[in-house]
Amino acid sequence: MTSSPPSSSPGLWHKILHAPWTWRVTWFYLILFLFLPMAALVLKSLTLNPAEIWRIATDPVAISTYNVTFFTALVASIINGFAGLIIAWVLVRYEFPGKRFLDAIIDLPFALPTAVAGLTLSTIYSTNGWIGGFLEPFGIKVSFTRLGVLVAMIFIALPFSVRTVQPVLQDMESEMEEAAWSMGASQWQTFRRVILPPLMPAILTGVAMGFSRAVGEYGSVVIIAGNIPFQDLIAPVLIVQRLEQFDYAGATVIGTVLLLISLVALLVINLIQARGRRFYG
Amino acid sequence: MADSSLQQPIATAGPKSQGATFQWGKWLLVAFVFGFLGLILLVPTLNVFVQAFKGGLPGLLDTFTNKFFLNAVKLTVITAAITVPLNTVFGLCAALSLANKNFPGRALLISIIDLPFSISPVVAGLMLVLLFGNRGWFGPLLDANGIKIIFALPGIVMASIFITMPFIAREVLPALEEAGTQQEEAAATLGATQWQTFWRVTLPSIKWSLLYGLILTNARAMGEFGAVTVVSGNIVGKTQTLPLFIEEAHTQYNSQGAYTAALLLACLAVVTLVVKFVLERGAGIQSKSH
Repeated sequence: MTSSPPSSSPGLWHKILHAPWTWRVTWFYLILFLFLPMAALVLKSLTLNPAEIWRIATDPVAISTYNVTFFTALVASIINGFAGLIIAWVLVRYEFPGKRFLDAIIDLPFALPTAVAGLTLSTIYSTNGWIGGFLEPFGIKVSFTRLGVLVAMIFIALPFSVRTVQPVLQDMESEMEEAAWSMGASQWQTFRRVILPPLMPAILTGVAMGFSRAVGEYGSVVIIAGNIPFQDLIAPVLIVQRLEQFDYAGATVIGTVLLLISLVALLVINLIQARGRRFYG
Repeated sequence: MADSSLQQPIATAGPKSQGATFQWGKWLLVAFVFGFLGLILLVPTLNVFVQAFKGGLPGLLDTFTNKFFLNAVKLTVITAAITVPLNTVFGLCAALSLANKNFPGRALLISIIDLPFSISPVVAGLMLVLLFGNRGWFGPLLDANGIKIIFALPGIVMASIFITMPFIAREVLPALEEAGTQQEEAAATLGATQWQTFWRVTLPSIKWSLLYGLILTNARAMGEFGAVTVVSGNIVGKTQTLPLFIEEAHTQYNSQGAYTAALLLACLAVVTLVVKFVLERGAGIQSKSH
């Protein structure tokens, strides 16, 4: 399977015909199941005229769904950034009963289908649910509000924040910390100056991955939210509503906006990781 | 990738875990973690089991004899039974093509394979509708030949394939890199064919990673909601998978039905986590984010 450097420079067709069959299966599969669908979306949005695209993309309902989606996803991923750091810290540095169990259930949001998550969260956080009932006297309503969207997004994006920070913390040498410690740095100074900087790329990567996942989330949010425009309607739900009305142009434009945002998030994640590698090897 | 077994020495070597004066800080953080995970993960998961058994065994059995529920179970199993083997072939081929090789664009190709994780499932479904729907690019062609993809099983399978595409390649690739090429080369020198080398040398060295990838693919394929909603049309008894059944039962205030279906999928999630836990302990698969 090793490709020996050929004497005469072969053409593209020659390369394709003589590629190992694992290569051909990989590319066939990618073209059929990934590139073709993506091309369909891009081509469809190119057939619409720019004025039409602008009108759909900046429709007040669409704008409100961007606001709800991106703002809530950002808040959820920042909350997860802090919580994930604390969870990773506790799991790596401390011994306590139930530690292995906690470590195992962190991945639950990856394994539990989003419809199940949405169903159970909406029950628990409804005004007569276990947790929602406790919050209701304080005038806090979670299910069928934006707060519900936030809870669902925190749930589905949590593992990213823990699992990106945890391995970095595990591999971190404690010598630097001990040095800072012995030179009289306070606990807070040690944390802020010695521990936090090398963790930052991992924390930001976790936040960006969580954000990207939360922005695209549909299943859990559609069940816990009321899906009312200008209140708690998110962009993916709007796409589904547009499709149900056979408004393909509307769905395509909003879908393209979401796709572009995902690609930008992906680029940001790669940049953070590249920077992290450069500075902290 | 540095050795993650370093975890043990560090866990006790940190200056903070030693000073008795800082123990309250430790327990405060541990309490926070239990509280946060309790509110977000534990209580909601427990609730699935409590709600499912609320109506007792008769309530559960009532749903289990519902023919729409049984149809949803069947469709979900069929979808996973087609999706998982296809994605396994792809994942293995992609990992074998990429492992232990250096060529320009390799990093880009890995990013491309990971792409489905970054795309909203709803957008993935939309792409398939624009491609195969009756007003899509291939719509007229499929219509003329009487082939139905959207609002039918092929669409549901394609959506599941799209969503779960990266899992196996992503788990197997690091295992292949770690195993290196020496043993494969030795086998080839001794006259083994490519197939023999694959079955006897390569596969045993990646079997646990492959198994973990399979389990993740299966869990996600059975639980996929957003992409399937868009392509399936949610026709009760025909194109309704378990997650869609849950949503419909929930909106019709059929709490018992919704939670019975949720119970099945929650059990699947628990099995997935247990297998992962066992594999991590036994075979040194590292936790990573997806």
